[in-house]
Amino acid sequence: MKILVCISSVPDTTAKISFSDNNTSFNKEGVALIIGPYDDYALARAVELKEESGGTLTVLNVGTSETEPQIRKALAIGADDAIRVDAEPTDSFFVAEQIAHIAKEGNYDLIMMGRETTDYNSGVVHGIVGQILGIPSLSPVMELTIEGNTAKISREIEGGKEKLEASLPLVLGCQEPIAEWKIANMRGIMSARKKPLNVVPPVGEALTSVTNYSMPPEKGACKMIPAEEAEALIELLRKEAKVI
Amino acid sequence: MSVLVYAEIAEGTLKNTSLEAIYYGSKVAEQTSQSLLVLAIGKAENTALEIAGNYGASKVLHANSSNLEVANIVAYSDVLTQAAEKFDSKIIITAKSSLADAVTARTAGALQAGVVGNVTELPDLSNGFTVTRSIFTGKAFAQTSINSDVKILGLKKNAISPEVSDVKATIESFNAEISEGAMNAKVVDTIKATGVVPLPEADLVVSGGRGLKGPEHWQPLLDLADALGASTACSKPVSDLDWRPHHEHVGQTGVKIAPNLYIACGISGAIQHLAGVNSSKVIVVINTDPEAPFFKAADYGIVGDAFEVLPKLTAAVKALN
Ligand SMILES: Cc1cc2nc3c(=O)[nH]c(=O)nc-3n(C[C@H](O)[C@H](O)[C@H](O)COP(=O)(O)OP(=O)(O)OC[C@H]3O[C@@H](n4cnc5c(N)ncnc54)[C@H](O)[C@@H]3O)c2cc1C
Repeated sequence: MKILVCISSVPDTTAKISFSDNNTSFNKEGVALIIGPYDDYALARAVELKEESGGTLTVLNVGTSETEPQIRKALAIGADDAIRVDAEPTDSFFVAEQIAHIAKEGNYDLIMMGRETTDYNSGVVHGIVGQILGIPSLSPVMELTIEGNTAKISREIEGGKEKLEASLPLVLGCQEPIAEWKIANMRGIMSARKKPLNVVPPVGEALTSVTNYSMPPEKGACKMIPAEEAEALIELLRKEAKVI
Repeated sequence: MSVLVYAEIAEGTLKNTSLEAIYYGSKVAEQTSQSLLVLAIGKAENTALEIAGNYGASKVLHANSSNLEVANIVAYSDVLTQAAEKFDSKIIITAKSSLADAVTARTAGALQAGVVGNVTELPDLSNGFTVTRSIFTGKAFAQTSINSDVKILGLKKNAISPEVSDVKATIESFNAEISEGAMNAKVVDTIKATGVVPLPEADLVVSGGRGLKGPEHWQPLLDLADALGASTACSKPVSDLDWRPHHEHVGQTGVKIAPNLYIACGISGAIQHLAGVNSSKVIVVINTDPEAPFFKAADYGIVGDAFEVLPKLTAAVKALN
């Protein structure tokens, strides 16, 4: 089986978000980058599938050279080789176009990624890839097992889940509890340095562009209610906040 | 040309967030001097679809056949794409949800459309087509210009407050060709909580964290939720520990919600948790620790033991009814 896992490189979930250049660019100063948490779940499950049934696992990132530590980490966790499309991943369609282009050349059975990135939260890249390749796309996938040419999947739906069976090839957007995040061990980290990382130029063009960033208004002070008079809260929610 | 809104059907009725999308669509149609069309896919009675008229739609296209009764991402997207082509729709609008994301994504692929999610305001047409969207799970906004011919917007809940009329929409059936691959993914089973409002739609949410100390202690929280008619949620460790079902997990890596009221009990307020709930209009925090970070993000706070506070709140709500 040939698996392609697509990873994003995003600010750490505790990073302070701020903007520079008159609110036209994201301020990267002091911000640590990580593999997108949802992508990390996809990667973890892909590594397990490869361990279970053999095959190859390629990791793909659309990003500039600053994402290489995240790519090396994916290699350390268990991917065999990596491809980086050398471009800023600014637009969902553009990123999907890169993935579809690479996927077409590589003939993968499974194309896995997170259900969404944690920076732009769009959650559409897997679907666009599936459409361009003419194969089904499913998201958010919470369980995945492969039997022969069939994927057995459970997918989250609002208020519950749905069990599905589909034949490969497939594009999957993943989330927990598909697998637990993996940490690279020393041997993995050493071998990752020698694994191939191909850098290729992008194709096509972005269809959207960010013109400006802004921050939400600051929250006002929190009104404290003594625990002994807790019932007073209900009156405040009704008369003051008017939400019940 | 027309503005096309894809409205989701759940349990035979149009979702509330989809009604918001229809109203938003009617405003965009006004802005751009176009007509508005609504597309609903799946099983519903005409009477359940006519309500789209209250939100500004004069016509609803209804696609329903045996292979559309269960939501199927590929098939639904085929329908949406063909409706957009047939009615020459250059602006497609949906309420963001995991189904709508998956469906519009494929349509974006088919129509080479720029697609932007979590839109929070009407578009600005003064210089091209620019929308404001929420990014970093509610921590910031990005003004984003869409430069493609076909544009797809996924709206965040509360992007607009609808003014409701009593006009009824007319219903017209719509048939599309479903691609062969659509039926490759077969649903074999569905497990669904019934009778509760799904979290992304909920206006009132009561949520519990690790401070409640175990699944057997959830009853006081459930009682308050019940009295309020609220949906229930939880923090990530709570669902990881299987104290509560996974679909209740809210936060940066869980469901993102935007209710009018979010009551957090025994949740510390980690940045990843806040990210999924910071779009709530009013936040109430109940925590024994006065230093819990959640109080900084709250509108109302009670420093106290959730097991003592919750029954008092429940009694006060019941006294109202
Ligand atoms: C990449 C990443 C993604 C994450 N995504 C999410 C996410 O999506 N959602 C999420 O929730 N977390 C997420 N987390 C985890 C997050 O960092 C916190 O660990 C988690 O939110 C803490 O959950 P908690 O508040 O329930 O538990 P704790 O932090 O243990 O807090 C329990 C609180 O309960 C209070 N308490 C104790 N007893 C009582 C009582 N009797 N009455 C009232 N209060 C009491 C305590 O004072 C404390 O503040 C993520 C973490 C990472 C690293």
